This record gives sequence, structure tokens and C-alpha cells, in this order.
Amino acid sequence: MKKIKTKLKKPKVIVLSGYGLNCEEETKFAFDSVGGIADIVHINDLIAKPKILSEYQIMAFPGGFSYGDDTGSGKAYANKLKNHLALELKEFLNRDTLIIGICNGFQILTNLEILPGALTYNKNGKYIDRWVDLKIEGESPWLLNSLGIKNISLPVAHGEGCYIIDEKKYKEMKKNKQIAFTYTKGEICNFQNLEKNPNGAIHDIAGVLGYNGRVLGMMPHPERAMFYYHSPLWQMKKIKGNLKKEGDGILLFKNAINYFKNK
Amino acid sequence: MISQIYIIPNIKDNRERLFLQSWNSLNLSQKVKSVAIVDSYLIDSKLSNNQILKFSEILTNPIIERFSINKILTKVDKFDYIIEIGFLPGVTDNVGNTARETALDLLHLKKDTDLKIYTSKIFLISGSVKLEDVQKISLSLHNPLIERAYIASFKEIKKYGGLPLKTPKVILEKRIPVINISLKVSDEELVKIGREGILDVTGVRRGPLALDLTSMKVIQEYFKKLGRDPKDIELESLAQTWSEHCKHTIFANPIDDIKDGLYKTYIKGATNLIRKQKGKEDFCVSVFSDNSGAIVFDKDYLVTHKVETHNSPSALDPFGGAITGIVGVNRDTIGFGFGAKPVANVYGFCFGDPLDTRSLYRDKEKTRKMLSPKRIMDGVLRGVNVGGNCSGIPTVSGFVKYDDRFRGKPLVFVGTVGIIPRNLPTPPENKLKRSSYEKRARVGDYIVVVGGRVGADGIHGATFSSVTMDSSSPATAVQIGDPITQKKMSDAIVKEARDLNLYNSITDNGAGGISCSIAEMAKECNGARVDLEKVPLKYPGLQPWQIWISESQERMTLSIPKKKWKIFNKLMESRGVEATIVGEFTNSGKCIVKFKNKTIVDIDLEFLHNGLPTRPLLSKAVANVFQEPISILSKGRMKGGFYTKILEKLLDNKNINSFSFISSQYDHEVQASSVLKPLSGRGRINTDAQIFCPIFSSNKGVVLSTGLYPSYGDISTYHMSACAIDTAIRNAICVGGTLSHLAILDNFCWCSSYDKNRLAQLVESVKACYEYSVGYKTPLISGKDSMFNDFKGYDENGNSVEISIPPTLLISAIGVIKDVRKTVSPEFKNAGDFIYLLGETYDELGASEYYKLLAKMEKNNAIGNNVPKVDLKKNLKTYLVLEEVIQKELINSSLSLTSGGLAIALAKASLGGMLGCKINLEAEPPKGSSASRSIDITLFSESQGRILVTVAPKNISKFEKAVKRIAYKKIGQVYSDDKFIITDLGNKKIIEASVKKLHKIYHSFSNKMQ
Repeated sequence: MKKIKTKLKKPKVIVLSGYGLNCEEETKFAFDSVGGIADIVHINDLIAKPKILSEYQIMAFPGGFSYGDDTGSGKAYANKLKNHLALELKEFLNRDTLIIGICNGFQILTNLEILPGALTYNKNGKYIDRWVDLKIEGESPWLLNSLGIKNISLPVAHGEGCYIIDEKKYKEMKKNKQIAFTYTKGEICNFQNLEKNPNGAIHDIAGVLGYNGRVLGMMPHPERAMFYYHSPLWQMKKIKGNLKKEGDGILLFKNAINYFKNK
Repeated sequence: MISQIYIIPNIKDNRERLFLQSWNSLNLSQKVKSVAIVDSYLIDSKLSNNQILKFSEILTNPIIERFSINKILTKVDKFDYIIEIGFLPGVTDNVGNTARETALDLLHLKKDTDLKIYTSKIFLISGSVKLEDVQKISLSLHNPLIERAYIASFKEIKKYGGLPLKTPKVILEKRIPVINISLKVSDEELVKIGREGILDVTGVRRGPLALDLTSMKVIQEYFKKLGRDPKDIELESLAQTWSEHCKHTIFANPIDDIKDGLYKTYIKGATNLIRKQKGKEDFCVSVFSDNSGAIVFDKDYLVTHKVETHNSPSALDPFGGAITGIVGVNRDTIGFGFGAKPVANVYGFCFGDPLDTRSLYRDKEKTRKMLSPKRIMDGVLRGVNVGGNCSGIPTVSGFVKYDDRFRGKPLVFVGTVGIIPRNLPTPPENKLKRSSYEKRARVGDYIVVVGGRVGADGIHGATFSSVTMDSSSPATAVQIGDPITQKKMSDAIVKEARDLNLYNSITDNGAGGISCSIAEMAKECNGARVDLEKVPLKYPGLQPWQIWISESQERMTLSIPKKKWKIFNKLMESRGVEATIVGEFTNSGKCIVKFKNKTIVDIDLEFLHNGLPTRPLLSKAVANVFQEPISILSKGRMKGGFYTKILEKLLDNKNINSFSFISSQYDHEVQASSVLKPLSGRGRINTDAQIFCPIFSSNKGVVLSTGLYPSYGDISTYHMSACAIDTAIRNAICVGGTLSHLAILDNFCWCSSYDKNRLAQLVESVKACYEYSVGYKTPLISGKDSMFNDFKGYDENGNSVEISIPPTLLISAIGVIKDVRKTVSPEFKNAGDFIYLLGETYDELGASEYYKLLAKMEKNNAIGNNVPKVDLKKNLKTYLVLEEVIQKELINSSLSLTSGGLAIALAKASLGGMLGCKINLEAEPPKGSSASRSIDITLFSESQGRILVTVAPKNISKFEKAVKRIAYKKIGQVYSDDKFIITDLGNKKIIEASVKKLHKIYHSFSNKMQ
């Protein structure tokens, strides 16, 4: 294992797919475009050959609608993993690896109890697609602390993104810098006059961390903010001449890849 | 043993608000106070108690849920009433299927274990409501065509000790599988068979075949020659293939002196001519022949598009109709060539007024009530929501229109754009040399059905949609959608099997089910033989004819070489997708269907496909002249504030204002391709065209837009169609599209299509399609028609009512954009920018939103007659200039003038940017109008070919140099304040409004619908 790590300059990423996950292609593209080598692997192929997991440094649970949210969002996919790959997941977590769960992937990670808390229906009961502003709170290889960036804007698209956690656990998480992001009133909310918290999440929590920051679960979609023209502000910024070269979301993927490249 | 697992929420359910809001609007005697929603899993199995317990644990997320087995009362708070909503026997239970898979996995059980899981939702209602209130609530929660409801009070549940443990198992009686139908009968009986269906042994007619006497006689003659009676399944099969839905007889038959029919002469005729004229520049690749139309995207890829309607199913079951509509049209993408990847969904809805509470019934006895426009709207919105969102396809583009005449039948347009490489790899050497769109089933290939299973749902959908909806409309025509089954199938085919070269042909199962898909593919090799008993069923007991024509969803039919079957099947198995060999393609010239070795269909393909008799149609136009709205104008116009009020009223019109409540509940950003979104700017206005970038490594994009003006058709369907084309094109050019790479699609939704006047209107409309598509050189690449959007029934007083939709032509445009980074959005961007109007304004207020508003205020029908006419030559020039200034990046915003004219365009651009503006009308005197009407015309005329643009001061001279070849006027300037001001020729303010207020009005209906 160590041999592979030192030999390979490019970190390897496994992006899971199947049963209605649907953001695997753009998630793979994001990792590839910042210097990783990402493979999309169907969960049944991983179940058939669980050993391949040891070849990867990063594991991504992309967004989607696994099992159509039947029996509860993320639950059926998590159950499949529990029933077939519990041991392999444990081994993966025991190594110096990174995991990200985005949207449905976050729901899967909470159902797997790899991350604390749970996600339930948005406060108005409806699916919502809009952009949000995020304040970076936690400490993690995924986050941008090292670059000095405090706020980013990303899109959300979900029906069950309301994060639930009990108060005691929350305090503990806050102390441990396990709250990755909170919804905040920033550029996007000010621009379109939107409320900061799109789903009623407790303490405005948009993403959380586990395993010393190595595991990140988040409702917003960084892979949908790769290019500058993904942002609802891009037309305005273009005219004002302050367009950034790339989207905010790509920074997360860069951080993850750099975590291994800089070793 | 039967057990019931209840999953009960630990926390307040965030959906409660929505339910209470909707229930308390049902005119209940008392208010509902609260509701808790419990998920129930009814399990019919031999599982041990311990296994049930383990399964319950895994179904529960302990942070937010708890469970209870068999005992509901011990774990929930007290309530007053309980409503349980489950499925009727045989209806697809997606959650039940997933739960079963989880249980098998968890308990390491075999796939064929005897384990059935039926799910239901249980609503525990608190409040001092009465039983009839609860019954009302229950009716609002379920559709009796597919769902069952159980209501009980707390007391009753306590008395019984819980809910009744009854499983909704399908029990079908054993009947003679196939019956012979004698056609040696009177013409009256032939008519009856054609109209009401085959008389079953039970004495009940099976539902419409939609075959008229002429067709029945041809069939009679055919079987007379064969010397035998047809079997029921043969008649059903012919009815499917010959249905208006499949054969488009009205477009195919000769009409008046157009002997090749409308489709060949004008639709295909236009495209063929344009392709010839364009020569080397022709970008059409596969048009009219496959499930979608395809044009060139770049040197490596094609982009496909198809727009469908699902009107009749949506009228009966709005959710089911809409969801199967959207996932159905996704299959037209998956079924294009060897399988294109769906990259964008589009929608278009025409509803009755959702605030209209009048009731309609399908029968005189008033037992079969039609769903209200609000109920239809809610169901349709949710259907497209679930269908699109669950499939991971961005819903990029859409519109919604309202008219009273859509309350008998709504129009539900759904479309899908796909991407496919032009050439596919040829394993094992993997060289790109297979054309991705030329496919052909080969003799000896297996006929393989992939995806969902067949049930009694969706029977007679094709024939049903070919007739007027009335009391004989069949309940079984309802189809149930399961997007995840389709997503798994789609991924397995488009992302894997396609590039492994595992099949020779593929098509979608839509209308008519496998009877149509197999017969269609059989043309490619001239024959097919099917063993019908091999088709996988949802439950036993279906009769062969039902299996053959069922429109159960999520299925594709493939032609697979025998030697590739094993690899193909292994791949499908590993992706959780069911694939089954159901027969073989042959060259017998026949379609043969066997059931347990007995031949039950034996029809010549030639007769099946070409036996349908041609019937010349005749049209006769009836002139229609409307009153002009003279009186109100002389009365009211001069009063102060008149135009400001009119502007605010128009902006409050549901056909003009925001539908952000729809746009924001549809995921339009999945696949990370979004460039110009459905909502734009600070004020989040709905955009008229959208852009997305489907290939990450390229800056090329796809632009989508639409145009439709059902109201104009009351005056002239010719101009209605011309305006629809002009608008769709203009909307696309406005954001960055180019005429040189733009195609259009036609969707005709007509009514009473055997009526000579309606046919005359159709001919006019189709002729306009020819003229203007040829004029703009925008080929028609795909189309669909739905010709009988009529409702016949009864009102609340039992009086008979007939409601026909206004003839509606939807034009959808799709184009390729060279560089998405030059996209221009519609809203004002910068204070100081100058505002220009490109194009010319004429006295064209006929059927405009302004005149319709005046008519409504006066309670008359004086909508005028001057409907907008399209000046092709002038507009073409304007659009080319617009393209040029966009490519040179000289403009900061661009908005197409459509319904509501200049005033509405200015208001939208202004509130979209949350910036004020000052406009002086002096700069825009209307052409050829009397002075007294000039303000009305300038503000509200809906003349085509006009665009509102803003230009930064530094670009003025370059811009004016570019536009001097066309009609243009500088009309004002953008300001950073809240003032929206329009002054007249004498510099007098005629409109003065606050941008914030306009913004509030624009979003008010949408906010109410949130």
C-alpha cells in the first residue's frame, strides 16, 4: 500500500455510483481536473471486488437519488454498504484517507453513522434548488483554511437537507471544529435577497466533519460550482470586470488532492 | 405471516405545514391542528420475529425515527382520525420494492424468496374535525384510480387494536386466455367494437380501440381473405399500431388538394428543402426517423431533442401522467440511435385557472368528478419534479400558461435533450468507427426487453389519447412511473452496454408497449416472432392481449446478437437491471406472437404497418371576427394613473408573471452544466431561453427556448404559428444563439380534429410552419401531435358541457452556441447603460394580453383582430445584427419582447436587475396608427421581431454603427434608484412605478404557490 502511495504522484479517487446516484460524472471531472485520477465504480462492482478499495486514497459519495429516497434518503444505499462492505469501509477509514459525501452522499454517510446527525425534510417541505453562502467553520484537509478563504458560495438542490443534531453533541462538535460550514448571509443572499438558511438546518449547519476532519459531509454541491459561469452572479461580475477564473467549489477538490501531493 | 412495521418520526415533520395548508383550504368544518406521518411496511412472508425485528431496525434512522411492529397505538401520541393511503392491488409500489431488496440483502435471502412488502402512508390527524372533513382530506390525498384509503377514528383503532392487516394482492380470475372475435357482423356492431372495444367474456367492453368503420371494414376484409376470425389480441394489436397516437393519421392523410398530406408536404417538405439549400452547412443528422431528432453539436458529438405531450393521462392522474410523461420522453433519448445520454429536461404546462372552483363530471350522474385545475396543477408539477429530479437530469427550461379552456384537459409538454458521440467504439480494438445513429435489427437476433415488468397499468393509453375524454375513458390507461428503475437501466445502457457494442438496435416502449416497439423494429429485418409467456410480469394472471399492449413503464426493447446475450445479461444483472429474451427477429414478413407455443398473432407486417386505409380529409374555414375594445378605451384611458394600473395588472397576470415556485423546485444544476439559468438576476426573473454546457472540456453550449400563443389562434392560426416560430427563434438569439445553427420542433395540440373548421385552422398553422421555418432556414427536426383535446361531460347542475382547448402550437428551438462565455442575460445590469429597442412596433394588439385584460375588465370578448404578423425579411436582418452585437460583446442585457409588449419587457428587465429606468416614448412613435391610440400600441402591442437591449456608454458608438442597418431607437437609460418612469411625447409621465413594488407584484402569485 505504502509503495503505491509514494510511487503515484496523482492520488486515486473512487467515486461510487449505481442505484440512482447521479452526480458521479461531474464529481469525477472535478477530481481529474485538479490532478487526481478518479474512477467511477458501481457499488455492485465494489461488492464483487472489495479489495480494490485499498488502491484508493479518496472516496467520494456523490449526490443523487439513491433508491429514489425510498425508505428514507440515503438509507437503502447505506444499508447496502452496511450489509456488504462494513469491514472494508472500516479499513479504509483506518488508513490516512479522505472521504467526501455530497448531498445524497452526505445522507448516506449519516445513515452509515460515519458522520453524526441526520438529515430530514426541508423546513417548507419542498425540494429546493438555489445558491447559498457558506462560512467555513471547521478544520479539515478538505477545507480552505490554509488558503485564507473564509466564505464561499455554492448551489444546493435537495428535499431533505435539514440537518438535525442534539444540543450536547453539537457543542462537542463545535469544540472539535467538526462543523464544516454554516449557511450565512453573503454575496448570493444579498444579491437575490434570499434567506441564509435554505432548509431550516439546526445552527445553520450545511456540512460536518468526522475522523479528524478527514470525512466531510455537505449538502451544497461543490462540483456544480467548478466554472465561473456556474454562479448566478457571473453575468454581473463579467460586466463589472471582477470575474474569478474558476468557481468556488473546485477549491475543495484541489485541497483534497494537494493533501496527498504535498506529503 | 403478515406483520406491519410502523416507522414513526421522533421530530416535528417539516412536511406538516404543507399538508395543513392544503387541507385547511378544503372548506372543512373545523381546522386540522396537527398531523404526524407514519410510514408503514406490511409484510407478507415466512420471516421469523427476530428477522422482522432486525429488518425494522435497519429501516429506522434512530436520530429522527422510531419503529413499532404491529402495534401503532403504543408508540404514537393521541390523535383523532387516521387515514391510511396505500396502493390498489397491482399498482407499482416502488418503496415496497426497495424495502424488499434491503430485506433480502440484510437477511441473505434468495431473490425468489416468498416475501411481499406493501407500503402505505399513515396520517395521524388531530383537530376537532368531523368524519366528512376527513373524507375530504382523504380524497385530496389519493387518487382512487390507483390508490386506496382507509379511514378510522382513534376509538375504532383502539377497539380493533390497530389497522386491519390486509394485503393488496392482485387476484385475477382465470379466464380463457385468447378469444376469437367474429367480424361477420353488422356495421353497427363493427362501429361498436371500434369505439367501445372488444366484448369480453364477462360481458364488459374492454375499452376503446379507436378504430372507425372504414378501418374495421379493412380489417374485416383482411381476415376474410385469410379465411379465419381475428383473435382479440390481433385486433388490439392493429388498434395500437393504427392509432392516431402512433400513425398520426390527420397529418398523414390527404387533405383538400394536399395529396401527400400535411406532414410530408409541409413539415418534412420544409426540412428537406432547408437541408438542400444549406448544402455543406446542413447540420441535421437524423430527423423524423428515430425516437428523437438529432443535429450536429461539434465534430465529435450530436445533440438530440424530442418534445412529447402527456395530456390525457395527466387529466386522469396528474402525478402519474406527468411523471410517466417525463421519464417516457427520457426514453426517447435513450432510444435514439444506440442510446443518447439525457442532458436536459424541458416542460410546458397549460392549465385551467388554479383558483377556479367549479366542478366538472365525466358522467351525468355526477359520480365521476374531474380533478380541479389546482389539483391537476399540483399533481403535474410534482410528477415532473419527481421524474426529473430523481433521474439526475437537469430541468433546464419550461413555461406555464393558463386559460379557462384548459380545465377540461390540461396540456403537459415534456421534452428531453440528449448527447451522443457521432461514432462509437468497436471493441475489442475500440476504434471509433461505428455510426452511433444507424441501427438495424438483424435476422436471428434475440428480442430482449430490459427494465421494468409488465402489469395491467397503462392499457389502452395509445387508443385512449386518440379520442375525446368522456365517461368511457378507461381507468387502466393510468401509468405508474418509477424513475429509479429507469435510471438504473439508462446508466447500464447509455454509459456501459452501448460502448461495448452489445446490441444491433434499440427502441423505447411507449404507446402500445411491446406491440408497437417490436413491430416497429421488425421493419428493420422484416419479421419477428415473440413468445409472450416469457415477458416478465408484475403478477400472474394477465391475459396475453394485456401483456402485448400494456404500457407499463421503464422498458426498452433491444435486438441482441445471440453470441452477445451472455455478456449483456451479466452486465445488466450486475447493475440491478432485469433483461429477458422474449423472442427472435426473423425475415418471415410477419409478426408472429405465440403464447405457450400456440400462435395467437399472425399478421403480415405489410398489413400491420401499411394496411391502414387512407381517408382524404376536407377542411372548411369559418371566419371569426371579434369586437374591438373601443368603449373602454374612450372611457378610461385618459384618467390619471391608468397605464400604471394596467402595467401592474398585466404584471400580476399569471401568463406573464413569475413561476419561480416551479423553477426552483426543479433541479436545474445537476450535471454541472448550467450557464443561463431559469431564473436570472437580482430580481430572479424567469428567462425566455436557457443555456447549458453539456461537454465539460468544451465551451460550446446548447440553447433552448420556446414560443406559443394559444390566444392568437382565436383570430388566426396562421399568424399564431408564425409568431410562435418567430418568438422561439428570437428568444434563442437574444441570449447568444445563432440562426446558422438553430433547429425547431413542433408540437400540435388540437381539438375536435374531425371538425372541418378545426382542420382548416390546422392547415393554416402547418402552412405557416413551412413558410417561416424555410424563411429562417431553421429545420423542423422532430414533432408530435395530440389531436383530440376535448372534454365532454357535465357541470355541477348536470348540464352537458363541452370544453375544447384552444388550438395550440408549441415551437421549441434548440441551437448550438460557439462560446457560452458570451451569453447575455435579460435583466438590466448597470446604472447609466442606455436602453435601446430593436425592431418596429405596429398596431398589433389583437388577442394581446392588454386587450384580453380589457375584455376581462369589461366582461366581454372584445379582443380585437389585429394579431401580430411576422415580417420575415425585416426580422431576419434584425436577428443577424443582434447576433453580431452579442458576438462583439457590445450589449449588457437583451430581452425578447413577447406577451405584454414593450411595457412588460421594460418592467421585467428593470425588476430583474432591481434597477430603475427612465423611458421617453417620443423616441418610439408607432407605425401607421392614429395618435390617440399611439400610447396603447407603443406600450402593449405584441409586434414580433423586437428586442430590448442595454448598452454601456463606452460601447455606444460601436453599437450604433452595427445597428444602423436595422430599425432601432434609443428609448431611455438605466438608473440606480427605485423609479420606473415612462413619459409620453410631451414629456408627461404616463407610467410611474416603484421597481420594488413591481418586483413584489411579479412574484406575488408564485410566492402564494410556494
